[in-house]
Amino acid sequence: MPAVSKGDGMRGLAVFISDIRNCKSKEAEIKRINKELANIRSKFKGDKALDGYSKKKYVCKLLFIFLLGHDIDFGHMEAVNLLSSNKYTEKQIGYLFISVLVNSNSELIRLINNAIKNDLSSRNPTFMCLALHCIANVGSREMAEAFAGEIPRILVAGDTMDSVKQSAALCLLRLYKTSPDLVLMGEWTSRVVHLLNDQHMGVVTAAISLITCLSQKNPDEFKTCVSLAVSRLSRIVSSASTDLQDYTYYFVPAPWLSCKLLRLLQCYPPPEDGAVKGRLVECLETILNKAQEPPKSKKVQHSNAKNAILFEAISLIIHYDSEPNLLVRACNQLGQFLQHRETNLRYLALESMCTLASSEFSHEAVKTHIETVINALKTERDVSVRQRAADLLYAMCDRSNAKQIVAEMLSYLETADYSIREEMVLKVAILAEKYAVDYSWYVDTILNLIRIAGDYVSEEVWYRVIQIVINRDDVQGYAAKTVFEALQAPACHENMVKVGGYILGEFGNLIAGDPRSSPLVQFNLLHSKFHLCSVPTRALLLSAYIKFINLFPETKSTIQEVLRSDSQIRNSDVELQQRAVEYLKLSSIASTDVLATVLEEMPPFPERESSILAKLKKKKGPGAVSVNELEEGKREAGELNGGGERGGDSSAISTPSPSADLLGLRAGHPVTAAAPSAGSLLVDVFSETGFIHYGRLMLLIFLRTHERTITKPVPFLAVPACLSASHTLLSLALRFVCKNNGVLFENQLLQIGIKSEYRQNLGRIYLFYGNKTSVQFVTFTTTLNVQSKPVEPLIEGGAQVQQVINIECLTDFSDAPLLNIKFRYGGALQNLTLKLPVTINKFFQPTEMASHDFFQRWKQLSQPQQEAQKIFKASHAMDTEVLKAKLLGLGMALLENVDPNPENFVCAGVIQSKAQQVGSLLRLEPNAQAQMYRLTVRSSKDTVSKRLCELLAEQF
Amino acid sequence: MQFMLLFSRQGKLRLQKWYVPLSDKEKKKITRELVQTVLARKPKMCSFLEWRDLKIVYKRYASLYFCCAIEDQDNELITLEIIHRYVELLDKYFGSVCELDIIFNFEKAYFILDEFLLGGEAQETSKKNVLKAIEQADLLQEVRPGPALAKQNVPLFVTV
Repeated sequence: MPAVSKGDGMRGLAVFISDIRNCKSKEAEIKRINKELANIRSKFKGDKALDGYSKKKYVCKLLFIFLLGHDIDFGHMEAVNLLSSNKYTEKQIGYLFISVLVNSNSELIRLINNAIKNDLSSRNPTFMCLALHCIANVGSREMAEAFAGEIPRILVAGDTMDSVKQSAALCLLRLYKTSPDLVLMGEWTSRVVHLLNDQHMGVVTAAISLITCLSQKNPDEFKTCVSLAVSRLSRIVSSASTDLQDYTYYFVPAPWLSCKLLRLLQCYPPPEDGAVKGRLVECLETILNKAQEPPKSKKVQHSNAKNAILFEAISLIIHYDSEPNLLVRACNQLGQFLQHRETNLRYLALESMCTLASSEFSHEAVKTHIETVINALKTERDVSVRQRAADLLYAMCDRSNAKQIVAEMLSYLETADYSIREEMVLKVAILAEKYAVDYSWYVDTILNLIRIAGDYVSEEVWYRVIQIVINRDDVQGYAAKTVFEALQAPACHENMVKVGGYILGEFGNLIAGDPRSSPLVQFNLLHSKFHLCSVPTRALLLSAYIKFINLFPETKSTIQEVLRSDSQIRNSDVELQQRAVEYLKLSSIASTDVLATVLEEMPPFPERESSILAKLKKKKGPGAVSVNELEEGKREAGELNGGGERGGDSSAISTPSPSADLLGLRAGHPVTAAAPSAGSLLVDVFSETGFIHYGRLMLLIFLRTHERTITKPVPFLAVPACLSASHTLLSLALRFVCKNNGVLFENQLLQIGIKSEYRQNLGRIYLFYGNKTSVQFVTFTTTLNVQSKPVEPLIEGGAQVQQVINIECLTDFSDAPLLNIKFRYGGALQNLTLKLPVTINKFFQPTEMASHDFFQRWKQLSQPQQEAQKIFKASHAMDTEVLKAKLLGLGMALLENVDPNPENFVCAGVIQSKAQQVGSLLRLEPNAQAQMYRLTVRSSKDTVSKRLCELLAEQF
Repeated sequence: MQFMLLFSRQGKLRLQKWYVPLSDKEKKKITRELVQTVLARKPKMCSFLEWRDLKIVYKRYASLYFCCAIEDQDNELITLEIIHRYVELLDKYFGSVCELDIIFNFEKAYFILDEFLLGGEAQETSKKNVLKAIEQADLLQEVRPGPALAKQNVPLFVTV
């Protein structure tokens, strides 16, 4: 079925395309293609020189094969040859091939650039355009390097043809996008801006895209474009529909250019010059007026072009956000579109209204359309339109209509498309929180969310409801009652069990007076869900149970029995087993007082930005949630959190973290002074919930440790929690094993920087105490369990003081010195204990030695206690360079070409102390496949080997 | 505009134009995903959709879908008319264009597109000027265009 209608009739190509189309199967097609590829290869390789036509035909066939989705790895050279042909069509096909199959071979690029250079200087406009098109299509850095200097000249030269100017402008735009550093407008700026005045509409249309992009990056240099753009726009808007001849599109004068002009103006604030501004406002009014005029054509192209300009004008009006009259008119216009029969217009109106809703001038006007938008949410047949409607409802929500909007969104959720449910859930949760007047409504809403769309309720959402309930005691009783009722549903979502467990564990006592929700009934209700839940939820429930024992002593024996059952105490999951064992022991050995302290109600959460808002923002990408909204959310969330009557523990340093999740699982839960930044990990000991307060946790850890010394080890208990806790404290100082400078500690108030230098057995540490607040710290003292110079007792707000500590290593050691810091901040005494990162390796003197020496010494240190060895899993990527840097930071000499296996690292050094010198050798053998290391340290002193091994095992 | 794709109702890609640098692998992935998404949509649905962080504007002409990806601040309606103007240009050049014309003369479809859009921006919106440029190029070929063959395919575009 040959169908060549135009062109120069490459018959062979048409036949080939027909063959491909006639192939009955994919296999047949591949076979035909392979045959053709073989044929082309042999022609290209053959002795006989191909004429231009054949070359063009084969290159074209290759192009066709590539566009079918097959890989092409040859033919580039033939295509490059075509570039220098004198025949236009051959050149054209050559350029097309190069543009579609961009190749990074540098030799080819040199040849291509040469051909382009020739065509650019040919003064033949058709050839120049081809070359410019090629640059614009490829847009590589190499091309920018070669031509970014030349093209501006072509663009502004007086004798350049219009069509060449158009191509040059957009070619330059493409190069600017890839390599802005290479496109220097400098001297050309003003002449480029004046292209806006060019007589040829096509030149203006092309140039304005370039000017817009440049203006975004350098608004000041290009600001003269504003008045030029306004007068150009004004001329177009006021022209009759036939004035612009072929630039009129379905009776709309120059729609593309108009849109681009309006877009350019959005790079700038409203014009300061009154006359220019007046002219612009006039234009915008004319555009709004035209929207009300009867259409000049029934064609959709007419209305699309007209409305494209209208929407762009509305964007500009919203961008200025300073003309109440125009904003309200825009809003009314969009309101009409909300009920238009064209789906496209309804979609765009909903989208555009979303931004109008955030302007104070038009917010109320947008709100009047609430019924239409709700109706759209219910009746639109296209999910993308419904999505826009949901977005708009979210944007127009305020205190006055929150209940209605939340109710509508909730009912929509029941039938909403799966693709948008999670986002809808987040939005409902945010609105409910932001505009909650009474918190029972808020609690109801979130529980409804879980009921309707439990699978889509992310952690952030249910954490948040707990956080709010904890911070507001007026809603706690209601929350307990409501979750209790919700849990009675035969099938309830696991998230409901989580919230229920947490809330009843904390506030179950508030409803225990009612015999229908007596403690035992509550417990049985929770426990009836236990077996259907995942491990994290079960872990949470176990914590709820131990809280029950504290709240309701009468449930103790029942709960102990549950904890004692094999399914708990011998559970194959370590976390569950551990909780069961420990809670059981805690409940049996601790006195009521101790129990009450450990399991006391959680303190209020610190103020911080709502993490659900942050999540929505992340989900929608920046720009989706306006800054305003975020700040408002923050403020309101602040009210919520601070609203609780109970003040925080004044001696505690809380470390709110802006990005943290609600319950401080990953950071910044209220943590007492001991080691604030370790708090997150410590809370992780109890993982999932952060259900037990950190200060009390320490007590519990004490109990656990204590317990372990007096009772037999518990079978199957894997990692004792107390070990992982102290390990965390240690790891703080461990960060500095391989480096000497950095931030030692930081919380909301204070930052402590450290710089240290070591020579022989002496060291000097500079500590920098920075006051991050605006209030001074008074009676600032530090004590070290070794001697130190006193520090300045007062730190002004925002200031930093320095303390120098001189250190002498007397003998080898394993415990780091402790630094205790006390000061008053706004009357409250702050107390902080830190480990100074002084480790034995700081006193290393590197020792260079040859392979032979190394192994001789290695053998000399062969007594078993002189060697310490550890095999451990890599906790960072196994990057050779990083490893080397770390080993060098350790202070030993890194010896090259010593170990026969090049993958291994060996080091040697001598630790200098006043009492003695301890020679040490180290060998680190990475196993990339297993992601494991074997570390061996040999020293003349056994304690040193052991300590080094411990320190280093944490570093890689 | 970041890219433009033309594909048939059967999901066969007929033309692809990329205005941002992407690897071949990434291009194939995007194409697959978008062709699937667009073909799954019903006829009366709106011509715009959000996809990744881009906006997709598409329109169907007879058996062919024209699909453009634009950025957040770009104008959907004017993009719709970019598609339409391109169809008009093809129609005028081939004389009642159909899918087969684009298959057999894919290189011409590219040349026309390059005259109309460059680097993803409208270069010349006048139909006359674009066609004049293409026809001048055709004159340079020395070979006169052959007579149009009988079309067995549905025209993309019905001029009234």
